[in-house]
Parts: sequence; C-alpha cells; structure tokens
Amino acid sequence: MPALIAVAFLVLPLAGLLIRAPWGSLGNALSGSDATQALVLSVWTASASTAISLVIGTPLAWVLARTSFPGQRLLRALVTLPLVLPPVVGGVALLLAFSRVGLLGRYLNHWFGLTIPFTPLAVVMAETFVAMPFLIITVEGALRSADQGFEEAAATLGARRMTVFRRVTVPMIAPSLGAGAVLCWARALGEFGATITFAGSFPGKTETMPIAVYYALETDPNAAIALSLVLLLVSVVVLVSLRDRWLRRGPVL
Amino acid sequence: MSDDLLDGLTVGAEVTRGGFTLTVSMAAAPGEVVGILGPNGAGKSTLLSAVAGLTPVSAGRITLAGRTMDDADSGEFVETADRPVGFVFQNYRLFPHMTVAENVAFSPRARGMKRQAAESAAAHWLARLGLNDLADRKPGQLSGGQAQRVALARALAGQPQLLLLDEPLSALDAGTRMDVQAELKRHLADFAGPSLLVTHDPLEALVLADRVLVLEEGRIVQTGTPAQVARQPATDYVAKLVGLNLYAGHAAGAKVALDNGGSLTIPDRGQQGNVLVAARPSAIVVSTQQPVAGSARNAWPGRVVGMTLLSDRIRLDLDGEPPALVDVTPAAVADLSLVTGAHVWLTVKATDLEVYKRGT
Repeated sequence: MPALIAVAFLVLPLAGLLIRAPWGSLGNALSGSDATQALVLSVWTASASTAISLVIGTPLAWVLARTSFPGQRLLRALVTLPLVLPPVVGGVALLLAFSRVGLLGRYLNHWFGLTIPFTPLAVVMAETFVAMPFLIITVEGALRSADQGFEEAAATLGARRMTVFRRVTVPMIAPSLGAGAVLCWARALGEFGATITFAGSFPGKTETMPIAVYYALETDPNAAIALSLVLLLVSVVVLVSLRDRWLRRGPVL
Repeated sequence: MSDDLLDGLTVGAEVTRGGFTLTVSMAAAPGEVVGILGPNGAGKSTLLSAVAGLTPVSAGRITLAGRTMDDADSGEFVETADRPVGFVFQNYRLFPHMTVAENVAFSPRARGMKRQAAESAAAHWLARLGLNDLADRKPGQLSGGQAQRVALARALAGQPQLLLLDEPLSALDAGTRMDVQAELKRHLADFAGPSLLVTHDPLEALVLADRVLVLEEGRIVQTGTPAQVARQPATDYVAKLVGLNLYAGHAAGAKVALDNGGSLTIPDRGQQGNVLVAARPSAIVVSTQQPVAGSARNAWPGRVVGMTLLSDRIRLDLDGEPPALVDVTPAAVADLSLVTGAHVWLTVKATDLEVYKRGT
C-alpha cells in the first residue's frame, strides 16, 4: 500500500500536467517570443556548458581515476559537492567570486573590464558548476572499470601518455563519455537555482526555460505548461537514451 | 660477457611488486629464444613487465642492445614508450575499437611514422603473417589463432629489438595450439633480436625455446637447454612438469640415502654429497611378488594410492619409500589385478636412474 501511494505521488502530478496541457494551442504558446527565446537560450547554454565539462571535466576524471596524490579524497569530495549542494548556494558562491567586487571578479573587471554576473556567460558558468560533476562521476567510474591492460599495450607499442589517452582511452570509454554528456546536458537544461541567483532572469539574455516557466506560471499559464512539457519530453528522451544504464537494476553512477 | 650479450638483453635486478620480490640475473643473446617456465605467481609476468618498463626495478639494472633501460642506482629509466620492445600479451589486448590493420599500424604511427608509411608498414606485416584477408575485421570477429597472429604482427610492426611473449598460446584450444605453435616457431626464428617467452606449458618451452629458465617464488631455480631441463629437473615442480620422479638425497658412491626416507642404488661413478635422482615412470616395474634384489637393481614395497588413465597407459600413484609414479599398460593392471590399496613391489635398474648434483 505505501508503495502504491509512492507511485501515485510520483506519477499523478505528471499525468496532471499532461491532462491540463493546452494541446490545441501548444504551438502558439511555444512560439510566443519569450518562450522561443528561453528555449533557444537554454539549448545553447546547456550545450556550451556540456562542451566545457567534456573538455575540462574529462581530464579531471582521469586524474581522479588514474593517479594518487595526497588530498585526492578531499578533491573528489569537493568535485562532487555540487551534486548535493543546494544550487542556490552555488549561485551565491559564484556571485561572491565573480561579481564586480568579488574575489576574482574584481580583477577580471579591473584588468579586462569584464563583468560576468547577469550575462549569458554567467548562465553557462552556473550550469557548468552544477552539471559538470555528473560528467566527472560518470567518466571517472568508466575509467576505473576500464581495463588498463589496453593502455599498457599502447605504451609498449610506443605511444606516449597523450596518444594513449586520445587513441585508446577515450574511444574505449566513449559510451560512458556520451552518457555523462547527456546527463550533464539534461542537468544543465533544468538548472534554476544557481542560474537565477548568479545570472538573474533577463528575457532573451539570461532567462532560461525553467526560469521562464516559473515566471510564466503567473502571467501565461499555458506557456508555462507548454515549456514544462518540452522539459518533460527532453527528460523522457534522456531516460530512453540512457535506458541501458538506468533502467537496469543496481547502482547508476 | 661476449659481444653477443652486449647486443642483447641483460637483466641483473630485483623487482618488487605488491610485497613480492623477484630476483633475476639473466641474459639473452640476439636471435635467442629464452623460455621462462614457472608456476603461477613465480614472477614470470613481473619479469616481462620490468623489461618492458611497466614496473621499475627496485635494485640493479636492465640493459638492451648496450643501452641502459633501467638502473636503480643511477636513476636512469627509459619510459615504456621509448623502449624498442614488442610485447605480445596473454590475452593479446588488441584494441577492440580498431580494425586489424589499424591495430598493426598503431605502433609505426605512435613511433612517429606518417599515416601512409605506417599503413604500408602494417600491410607488410599483415602479408607476412598471412593476415591480408582479415585487415578490415575488428578483433571481436577473430578466432583465437587469428588474434594471436594479429598480436604478433602488431608487436613486430614497431620494429622492436626485443620480443616479449606472455603465455602467447594459453588462450588457444588444444587443436589450434599446435598449428599456431609451429607458426610461432618460424616467426621467432626470423626475429633478429632476443625473445623472452613466458609459459607454464613445458612442451611449449621445449619446442619453442633455445634455452629455458625456470622461475619459482621469485628466483631462478634452473637454467639450461630444454633437453637438460627435461632430463635433469632441479625441482619437484619441473620434475612434475616433465613427468619424472625426482628424489633428493645424499650420495656416497653407489648408494643414495634419500632425504625423505628410503635409499637407492645408483651406478657408482664416485658421486659424493647432495644429489638429485630422476626416474622415468616407465622405467619402474611393478610386480606383486617380491623380486630378487640384485646389486644393480632397486626393489622396495609400495601401495597403490591412485590410478589415472593416460592415452595408452595407466599411471599408478604409489606410496612407499620412496613414493613413485609408474606407468604400466592396461593389460598389466588386469594381469596383476591392481586396485587402489593393493600392495606391490617396485623395481628399477640402477642404470635407469639419472643422477646429478643438486644446485643448493
């Protein structure tokens, strides 16, 4: 019985969303300029933060999986902290670091005239901060379970570390890299707390889909529902694309 | 040390890996195939790993073709990627995401060849090992024998000056093993540098190696030609591998008092001190009647504790002083009505015993 309650609790709201959806005017609701802007902004910022995570997160995953040094456990804890940290706190932290008077931001502003908060760049940074750990954890797990014998073999064939990484390690963990990127992208797309705190909600500039949903709920419920449906659809697609990893029993990451 | 050895491989080193220490002093000349024989955990793979630079030595040094590869005293260490070594791994470790041709071209490419040059180098080795037809396959689509050949081609394509083979035939079934073994022998004969071949199959070592080095518990316990090792095993492990009864004892002229009880008469060649006595299972005769002991013959009572059917013989496991493995014909088992527990007499001629000095 408690299990049934749990199922109902998880499923009913989503069913309600589908039932309440203005299916007839869905196209109109989504083509409103605000909604479209939010959609476009969300897709490109999530993609950008995923790309950044791949480029800098993968090497970090390698460092965590393949090397050992004092303080490594602490480093891993710090890297995974954003997974459990309330995103709003992440946003506050980013603000404190990068605002015009922040720890780093003051120099960026002073030397380069660069102000990050409340810009699309801030959106990308907030999303990367929250989403990159998903990629790192996934890739690190893959690197740990990958057979290092192939890397040894590559070394005996004359390949240096970079060549081994590029031609052997990365291709062999490609499925996990893909899964990590999808997870990361989905998390970035849904990011709300850190983004609104660090980047605000300027339509067309920093108002991503989740933020647009939040505001539209007051002014244009149909648009809010339509945007929610889009996010729900994306989640379903992500779930299906990762079904081999997620819908099996056992640990996920 | 001869010039040959200066061109070859020399190892005088200690390698520590996870609480295990391997102590080896050996050399291999160009063109020589050294078989490394030993039980699991003896340090065979550790030796290859150290030579390849995958595990650094903790003491001593390794040289190849006159160049120091690893020297614990001076701190010199040549990275694995920079050693002119070809390694054929036990499970081949072919890159699963590359085709056969890409696998074979990997080393020329990694060692700095342009793509096209690397591809033609790979084509050369594929042709040489008869792998042309398989060039576009993925490793997952190869049979064991084919994968073995690809692994060899991939190792040779890097033009190594030393070849390391870790149980190259162990992943094959018995049928293909013989074919691949004959082929491997040809390729090893063509290879100009020294080869180290790790195996726990004595037949493989006997067939493929010019010289055999037996490792046990991290130490070399015997080196010699395959024939020497097969005829005069230095330890129980080797004796068991080559199918001989081995007894350690103390010789005084024609008599050997065995360490574990009993004694044997041997041809008197004036031996004194610690010796080993080897006896072929087929040289020992079993009878149910007490034989007439002669001066040149050993006879002692025993009890059958086990019987195993080999292809055309039955191997008896006999308890006694000393115990022995004895091969008899199935007919003899029937004639003597031998069963487990039966009391029998064992006889062996003194001239059928191989007596040699014990190492330590």
